[in-house]
Amino acid sequence: MNGFIDFIMGPMVWISVMIFIVGLILKVAGIVRKVREKESYIFSYMTLYHSLRSIGAWLIPFFPRATRQQPVFYAVSYIFHLALFVVPLFLSAHIVLVEEAFNVSWPALNDGVADILTVVIVAALGFFAGRRILVPEVKFLTSVKDFFLIFMVLLPFLTGFLAYHQVAAYEWMMIVHILSGELMLIIIPFSRFSHMITAPLTRAYMGSEFGNVRHARDW
Amino acid sequence: MQEPSAMETKKMEKNTDPAVEGGLERLTQEKITKTINEVLEKETGIRLKTYVETCMRCGLCSDACSYFLSNDRDPSYSPAAKVKQTIWEMIDKKGKVSKDFLRRAVHISHLECNVCRRCSMYCPFGIDIAYMMLLVRRICHKLEITPQYIQDTVNSHSVTLNQMWVKEDEWIDTLQWQEEDAREEFEDLRIPLDKEGADIMYSVIAPEPKFQAGLIYQAAVMMHAAGMNWTMPSMPGWDNSNMAMYTGDNEISGRIARTFYEAAANLKVKRIVMGECGHAFRSIYDVGNRWVSWAMPPFEVVHALEFYHELLTQGRITIKENYTKKVTLHDPCNVSRGRGLHDKAREVVNMICTDFVDMVPNREHNYCCGAGGGVINCGPPYKGERMVNNRVKAEQLKATGAEVLIAPCHNCHSGLEDIVHHYELDMEVKFLGDIIFETMEKKVYKQGE
Ligand code: SF4
Ligand code: SF4
Ligand code: SF4
Repeated sequence: MNGFIDFIMGPMVWISVMIFIVGLILKVAGIVRKVREKESYIFSYMTLYHSLRSIGAWLIPFFPRATRQQPVFYAVSYIFHLALFVVPLFLSAHIVLVEEAFNVSWPALNDGVADILTVVIVAALGFFAGRRILVPEVKFLTSVKDFFLIFMVLLPFLTGFLAYHQVAAYEWMMIVHILSGELMLIIIPFSRFSHMITAPLTRAYMGSEFGNVRHARDW
Repeated sequence: MQEPSAMETKKMEKNTDPAVEGGLERLTQEKITKTINEVLEKETGIRLKTYVETCMRCGLCSDACSYFLSNDRDPSYSPAAKVKQTIWEMIDKKGKVSKDFLRRAVHISHLECNVCRRCSMYCPFGIDIAYMMLLVRRICHKLEITPQYIQDTVNSHSVTLNQMWVKEDEWIDTLQWQEEDAREEFEDLRIPLDKEGADIMYSVIAPEPKFQAGLIYQAAVMMHAAGMNWTMPSMPGWDNSNMAMYTGDNEISGRIARTFYEAAANLKVKRIVMGECGHAFRSIYDVGNRWVSWAMPPFEVVHALEFYHELLTQGRITIKENYTKKVTLHDPCNVSRGRGLHDKAREVVNMICTDFVDMVPNREHNYCCGAGGGVINCGPPYKGERMVNNRVKAEQLKATGAEVLIAPCHNCHSGLEDIVHHYELDMEVKFLGDIIFETMEKKVYKQGE
């Protein structure tokens, strides 16, 4: 048992982080290579200026008209995505682990704040799931896969939260927490989670088409 | 808003389009699978794959689509839903789809989407749904199940290189007849044919000589009054419309575009001015050029809106008496979202009209007229449906309280006229050129005056 825990807390962490990083890099490289091979015209329309203009416009909360039409969704979504990165990266427990292994560290989030943000993430996931069930146009598009993806995100955060509060079966919670966190990292490049890296690409292309060719705005 | 009378929205169970039904009958499962896979493998690439993998099925694009909004938020009209019901399933099933599936796919891609690209502005990732709908049409074309009316216009393109089976002598006759008429007003007015080295090649869509020759008359008067050095080609290539671009018949679409550019090249003109049509503009400025391998068109392509703006700001045309009726302006997708001309259009309107009221939403965010993207070209069998699918446009128009609706695009013009009648909106639909013609000083411009 201890050997197993050592493994998932040691090498496995690095394996999953590597798969996550290398996977995403290969993904982008693959896209670029395939565009070169078969759809090189795409590059002739893309400009850095219009790509960044569009991405920038969409990063400003409630600047695009579409985001103002769905204020609740976008508010939840902005906060959710922010917390999704902030919590794991700035959690003191995580930083301590990194410090022990590499002797590098960075400022940690106050544990209470991290705790609240975790609740926010879980609530946001509940909101997304609820939307999938209750909003007809979203329901129409939803399949089991979508709930699976929500569950995949939920698991590490929920178990982390429960472990931190030592609600029950601490050791098991920790194991599930670590495993699910790793699993999530591993599947990011191979699932729709990869929108974290492909969305800027599709947005850049659309931004360029609108800005460069059509002299119009896309927000 | 009045209810769209006995015309409830119901999904087409059985499509009675003879071309679609006949085409489906001829298909075998083997041919279906093979054709779909061929298109998916040979004609698409990572772009499609990335769109499919990036779409989070969030449904946020729904609010963009006039079909979705006009049908009381029926989820099957959501942009992503159209993709789900067509290309996703083709990909998932590796092309093994049924004839019933295809019947629905023809309907969705040809009649439930104007490829207006509004949804791309509402998808947080900028996913190009219109591209995927055109891809579905491409597959339908290769399966030979394109709706009859629009296929007929493509056949006409193929035979005559214009959309309306206008014969070469008919075309020249029409121009000469317009010239003759105009000479009663302006003694030395000319519609110069094949004038090499002219500054401008003026170009129209085939329905103009066929049904609306008066528009050519008006354009000639403007060119004459403004003292432009212009010409029109007598040879094929004079028609700037391109319906093949909307049916996915890329080969014919490419032929049309090439002939068009060749006409301009043969005449050695400096630039091309196009009449008030959105889809024609898209075909020359955005689509045809790409198919014949030019990133951008090899000529300066100017839409009428831009041209009017130039004539008015340069003082080549002066307005004698401003137009006083209350007007509103429809932004044609293909020249606003497709070319960013919405602000210039408003400037022009404000230069000639005293009472202008904008629709909401407007500019890039305007709703499509519901006729574009080849939808109106699928013909009368689908008109009732088109009216239902375009209720939001009617509501938008009604809210302006305008007497006159300016629609600077042929497709929009026809589509909006249908809407105005169907929803009994008390509005007159006009081209911007109509109003300029009505209000302009018909005095001839002289250099340096
Ligand atoms: S392109 Fe226009 S008509 Fe088609 S799905 Fe998008 S918004 Fe709707
Ligand atoms: S196309 Fe865009 S907005 Fe529509 S469901 Fe997919 S990701 Fe969401
Ligand atoms: S017909 Fe007009 S409004 Fe409709 S798609 Fe074309 S340009 Fe848009």
